[in-house]
Amino acid sequence: MSGQQSIRDTFFEECEELLEALVEGLAEMEDPDHSKETVNAVFRAVHSIKGGAGAFGLDELVHFAHTFETVLDKVRSDTLEADPDLLKLFQRSGDQLANLVEAARDDKDPNRDAQAVVLGELQKYLGAEDAEEEIVFDAMGLDFGAELVLPDLLDIEDTSDSSESADSSDGQSSLKIAIRFAPKRSLFENGHEPLLLFDAIAELGTLTVSADTSAIPAFAAFDPAEPGIIWKLTLETSESETVLHEVFEFVDSLCDIDIKVQQQEKQSAAPSETIEAEQPKAQAAPDVPEASAAPEAPEMSPERPARGPVKQPAPSSSAASAPANTAAAADRDHRGPKPTLRVDLDRVDRLINTVGELIINQAMIVQRIEELDLPSGANLTNELEAYKLLARDIQEGVMAIRAQPVKPLFQRMSRIVREASDATGKNARMVTVGDATEVDKTVIERLADPLTHMVRNAVDHGLESPEKRRAMGKDEIGTIRMSAAHRSGSVFIEIGDDGAGLNRPRILETAIKKGLIAPDAELSETEIDNLLFLPGFSTAAEVSALSGRGVGMDVVKNAVQALGGRVSITSTPGRGTTFTIILPLTLAVMDGFVISVAQETMVIPIASILETITPHARDLHRIGMYGEVLRVRGRYVPIVDVAQNLGLQRNVDTNGNGVLLLVETEMQELNALRVDAIHDQRQVVIKSLESNYGRIPGVSAATILGDGKIALILDPEELVKLNSDDVAPMPIIANQEDLHHAFHS
Amino acid sequence: MTTKVLAIDDSRTIRNLLRLSLETAGFEFHSACDGVEGVARFAEVNPDVVITDINMPNMDGYGVIETLRNRDRTSVPIIVLTTESSDDLKARARNAGATGWIVKPFDDASLVSVLRRLTGHAA
Amino acid sequence: MHSTPEASEAKTFEFVAFSAGSQSYCLEITQIREIRRWAPVTALPHTPSDVLGVMNLRGAVIPIFDLAARFGLGKTPDNERNVVIVAAAGGNTIGLLVESVSEILSVNTDTIQQTPDIKSEATRNSIQGVIAVDEEMIRVVNLDAVLGADAGLAA
Repeated sequence: MSGQQSIRDTFFEECEELLEALVEGLAEMEDPDHSKETVNAVFRAVHSIKGGAGAFGLDELVHFAHTFETVLDKVRSDTLEADPDLLKLFQRSGDQLANLVEAARDDKDPNRDAQAVVLGELQKYLGAEDAEEEIVFDAMGLDFGAELVLPDLLDIEDTSDSSESADSSDGQSSLKIAIRFAPKRSLFENGHEPLLLFDAIAELGTLTVSADTSAIPAFAAFDPAEPGIIWKLTLETSESETVLHEVFEFVDSLCDIDIKVQQQEKQSAAPSETIEAEQPKAQAAPDVPEASAAPEAPEMSPERPARGPVKQPAPSSSAASAPANTAAAADRDHRGPKPTLRVDLDRVDRLINTVGELIINQAMIVQRIEELDLPSGANLTNELEAYKLLARDIQEGVMAIRAQPVKPLFQRMSRIVREASDATGKNARMVTVGDATEVDKTVIERLADPLTHMVRNAVDHGLESPEKRRAMGKDEIGTIRMSAAHRSGSVFIEIGDDGAGLNRPRILETAIKKGLIAPDAELSETEIDNLLFLPGFSTAAEVSALSGRGVGMDVVKNAVQALGGRVSITSTPGRGTTFTIILPLTLAVMDGFVISVAQETMVIPIASILETITPHARDLHRIGMYGEVLRVRGRYVPIVDVAQNLGLQRNVDTNGNGVLLLVETEMQELNALRVDAIHDQRQVVIKSLESNYGRIPGVSAATILGDGKIALILDPEELVKLNSDDVAPMPIIANQEDLHHAFHS
Repeated sequence: MTTKVLAIDDSRTIRNLLRLSLETAGFEFHSACDGVEGVARFAEVNPDVVITDINMPNMDGYGVIETLRNRDRTSVPIIVLTTESSDDLKARARNAGATGWIVKPFDDASLVSVLRRLTGHAA
Repeated sequence: MHSTPEASEAKTFEFVAFSAGSQSYCLEITQIREIRRWAPVTALPHTPSDVLGVMNLRGAVIPIFDLAARFGLGKTPDNERNVVIVAAAGGNTIGLLVESVSEILSVNTDTIQQTPDIKSEATRNSIQGVIAVDEEMIRVVNLDAVLGADAGLAA
């Protein structure tokens, strides 16, 4: 059922927004001068999650939200004070709520232990009367395929409860109840309809209805809507009298009602025994409720607008408050969030694709025109330049649609900090800077896991225990600082702690023990720090239960690299460690050099290149059989032959030395990439190779050039790695090779 | 003539669910996301029945009911759709002029049946 | 994914028949996006010989496979008649180089026979069934099995 599925999707989207509002509200509540509305907003956020969750039968979520909300309601109604302890519990409750939403969305099992702990603490604030209400939420979820359940008109919930109790009670006994029902005008003014009440009563048993119109002047038209009719009802029911009172619950102040239990008798008793029919017009009880209600209603409706002159004066409170509220709301609208438009992501992505085509098309046109070799007076240059700029503007505008603030991501990390400090017994606070910084949606999605890992690490490994911090004269509460900023065309995201700093001797020792480096290796501090990123550095054995899960910093690094970014570390002993993630502003375009490598046209990101060098033979030196180095200002830099590392055959007649591109790797090592020639520098549209094929070592993506041909975009870091690993052309994925062989065998 | 329903609820999910159920059942569906918008929409739409939440920003459900009954002097049925079910709150809604009270999560068949009967229309 | 024929209700499906490695194959028409003339592709480094490279299909980068090579029938020789069948397989769009496309067959699902119990499991999996047309046996290609995640395509 796609309709319901899409509503379910929007529900989870809405939950994200509500959780965000919740976190914000809870933060505001820490300010002792917070307004009442702040608490209301927090309450409403939880309440709305509960409401939606109920509709989808997400019982665990409903149950938790309900408990949370009930405690919040006590704060809202000033029966409970939100002291720092309670606020902390609220934050943890918000975290659990977010976890439950996530679990429900992904159809996974939530962490029930953590949830039970928080739930238990919340329940401490609840009295016995609060607990009872929860039965309500065992009610049916919204089921679009459900059979029709005839409701009690006035209170669906209560009826379903009561009919159950009726079934379980003594089914043989039966009550005969006489009801005298004289509606007041206000009953009609509140939208009630006697016949509908009768329908509801008729569902309780066998109902006989008669109308006493003696109070109406004889010439008056029969009009069931006009007060003056006194209805007499006789109900035979196996329900209790209480159920009947519930039916009238909503009208009991709007009518004169008199309910008398006439006798208790066996089910077998004849229903026709007593009918207090005082008028010949007495109506028979409708057996099928709709049958009687439907034809009557049209006759009545014209009467409804004809309101009598008897009007209750508006209660002054509401009369005064309504316009005031309106004014306040209007005022808020001016100050409030800017109006937004919700757009299907597919549409945005289609637009982005089309704009990518536009950029390529623009490049093609420029190329074609150049090929025409027009006379210089043709004056096309300005127009072409304007076209190029317009195309870029459109592209930037379109990419901005996908940009989202990192705030929700940072809020999620606050949660991780709290969970991690709970789990490790450390005190930590989270400080965020620049959370309005906007980043491509994909970046936000793909950074969530790496950041979670880094934040957990920061609390678990970075921060010292409270005792140790105290002993060192530090604030017992450690600080995890997350910041985001745009700087020179890149996005900088930093995760820092004010802990002990990296334990370099230990890192070195571990790396040597694991055979990652030679025992006698001389490494700089930065090189030692970067050992953390090596695959196989962190293993379960030395990672605590919290940070564990077999994820190492190499996974973090891979995730960042997959986004075209890089990650680096700075650390000061005793002062803390900071990880910096630098990402391209957009994932769609990139500035690159168009190069040729063994007759193939390729692109290499300009950002990774420090310098281009056309080497003199005297600066090139061979080492061993294949090794070759370049002398640059007195340093010897290894040469990486791109064609060779990609397994491409270079034609013999290609000139010997080519062009060298000086690049710096994550380990701050210099390398020189050898290519045949540099042709051009231009912005290229990045096209994923992975979406239709898979990863290829040394290649990060592809692009489409002006002539419509595809050019591969190189990944310098990986090319260097291919070189140092001495990797000959290797299979992409072992399985593929297996299958390949299988076909040949 | 189709029956017009105005649903006032701050939850997009609930509004979406109501729209799906009620439009499928042939009602003309209008919605508002808070009380203030709700009473404003009421004047525009002139609905045959109103469904309102209680906990909403700007103006809560009680405010909506009171405004509609006292300012607009309307007698159209106003149904409260909420997760609450306490007697106090019900009494407050009733005193404000609510016609009925339905506890979320609602069963759409029941809701449709209630609305049909309340409005006396087939749709 | 695509219609696996069921004995109970026979339906007619359309298949595009083509030749690869001098054998007759076919694909259900709904899996095929378009058929293009062969044009030089951009080679991909570090790939097996049946991966010819990537091609620009209206702005998308799609990998081109040599189907004959994929089935272990040797590389498809260069020929003017060679075409690329662009097909959708498990969320990926890919191109298959084949020798030629012959015809469109309307096939009643009743007439699709199970793949004979041949020895190679890989081959058996990649053929969904066979159709007898006149004297010829046409193999129904199971694209997902041929190019599925375990065959090197991104999941």
